[in-house]
Formats: sequence, C-alpha cells, structure tokens
Amino acid sequence: MHAVIPYVTGALLFGLGVYGVLRRRNAILVLMAVELMLNAVNLILVTADAAVRATLVGVQIESWAYPNGRPGHSGGVFALFVIVLAAAEVGVGLAIVLQYYRMRRAVHVDEVALHHDDEQVSR
Amino acid sequence: MTVADVLLLALGAVAVGSGAAVVTSTHLVRSGLYLVISLGAVAGLYLVLGAELVAWVQILVYVGAVVVLLLFAVMLTRAPIGPSRDLDRPAWPALIVGGGVGLGLAALLTDAFRWTLYDRPAPGTAERMGTQIFGQWVLPFEVLSILLLAALVGAIVLSRPDIGARKGDEA
Repeated sequence: MHAVIPYVTGALLFGLGVYGVLRRRNAILVLMAVELMLNAVNLILVTADAAVRATLVGVQIESWAYPNGRPGHSGGVFALFVIVLAAAEVGVGLAIVLQYYRMRRAVHVDEVALHHDDEQVSR
Repeated sequence: MTVADVLLLALGAVAVGSGAAVVTSTHLVRSGLYLVISLGAVAGLYLVLGAELVAWVQILVYVGAVVVLLLFAVMLTRAPIGPSRDLDRPAWPALIVGGGVGLGLAALLTDAFRWTLYDRPAPGTAERMGTQIFGQWVLPFEVLSILLLAALVGAIVLSRPDIGARKGDEA
C-alpha cells in the first residue's frame, strides 16, 4: 500500500476547507468547510498511525512513551477525540449562528458588526 | 498497485470531488448533501486503512448527527430552496490561500512519503481501540467528557432567550 495516496487526499481536502472558509459568506457554509478541514486532519492521523512505522526503519521505540507495551492505534484514538471536538464545536457554533439570525435576520459573516452599538440589543 | 491502492485512489477522488462541490455549490442544501458524500468516502478510506471503529463512529457522529444538525440550521435560518447568488465573496484571495495551502501540503507530503510502502495494519477493532482509550488515553477521555458537558450547557444558554436577558428587552 502506498502511503502517499491518503496523505495527498488529506492535504487536498484541507486546502478545499481553507478555500471554503475564506470564500463563503454564509455562516453555515463556513461551518461545513471547517468540517472538511477537521476530516482532512483525521485522515492524516489515521494514515500516519498505519504508515509511520514503515517510515521509521531502525528507530528505537522509546519505552517511557508507551507504558502499555507496543504502541498501536494511537492515531485512531486521536481521530476519535477530534470527532468529539467537532461535534461540540458544531453544537455551540450553530447555537451562535441561530442566535445571530434571531437578532439580525441574516447569517452573512462579513456583515457582522464588530464595534459596539448602543441602540441594538447586544448579548 | 494493489487492490487497496485502487480503493484508496477511488475513494479519495470521490472525497475530494464532493468536497469541491461542497465549497462551490450555489445551493445551500446541496452543499450539505455533498458533505454527506464526502464524509462517507472518508469513512471508506478509514475502513481501507484498517481503522474500523473510527469509520463507524464517523458514520454515526458525522453523517448521522453533525450533518443533520447543519441541515436543521439551514432550514431554521429560512434558506431559499433554489440557488442563491449571495453566498460567495470574491474568489481570488481564497483561491490563492486555499490553493497554496492544499497544493503546498500535497507537494510536501509527496516529497516526504513518495516511496513509503506499508503492510495492511491490524484492524482497529472496538476491543483494541478500547484498550488504548481506557489504558493510555484515559485522562484526555475524561477531559473530553467535561468539554462535551460544557458545550451542551453553553449551547442551551446561548439559544434560550430568557437566560441573561436584561430587564426591559424581552426577545
């Protein structure tokens, strides 16, 4: 199995996510692009977990880093953690987007007023 | 080229193609549905790479929960069904930065791992992953549970208009 195929797939997905975050005006579409970037990182973690031991030929595995003996599946565990973080992020992010929509009737991220405005309800 | 390589190439092409459709489509709902295809293809990549449990969690949490939440938000913000014209900003800065990041990372990883070959690893079943999570990574796991609780409470507080409202402005 060639290691380069999933690595390049992950890199291209991350580039697409960056493009989407910078290009889109709608906040929900920005969140979708962020999901693409998180997935690219997960893909690279899982690939590295499978392929990195073929790269490190002749390198001694440090015994202090692995109290349970042989290392294995750490990349998958980190991918699971990132999936949980993405779920939390999307929950809070959508709550903020919906609250903003309730206040302003719009979800365009480049029209969000960054200065303080006394007349409008700020919370 | 083995069968696994062909599968990885095909699933990677599907993931990248539908990812491009996510960031370029003019229909909001279609963007969400292309996101389902992209995430499903990435789950297939996990299966080929031997991470079984991650693939099923990806299907359950991402395709099952996150995308449904995103589509709920699309409907709650009264998005139009047809194509919308005001979804995009000017393309050039995003194209330069995004293309630079994607192609630069791809060139870097190609240069680093061009000739790396590896054997199909032992599948990461629920038993092996559970041994890892509850042995070596138990402290980050518990911290994540606190973070999920905080996110849950935060989302509820944010979306209830009667919490934290000042007197006089009833939303």
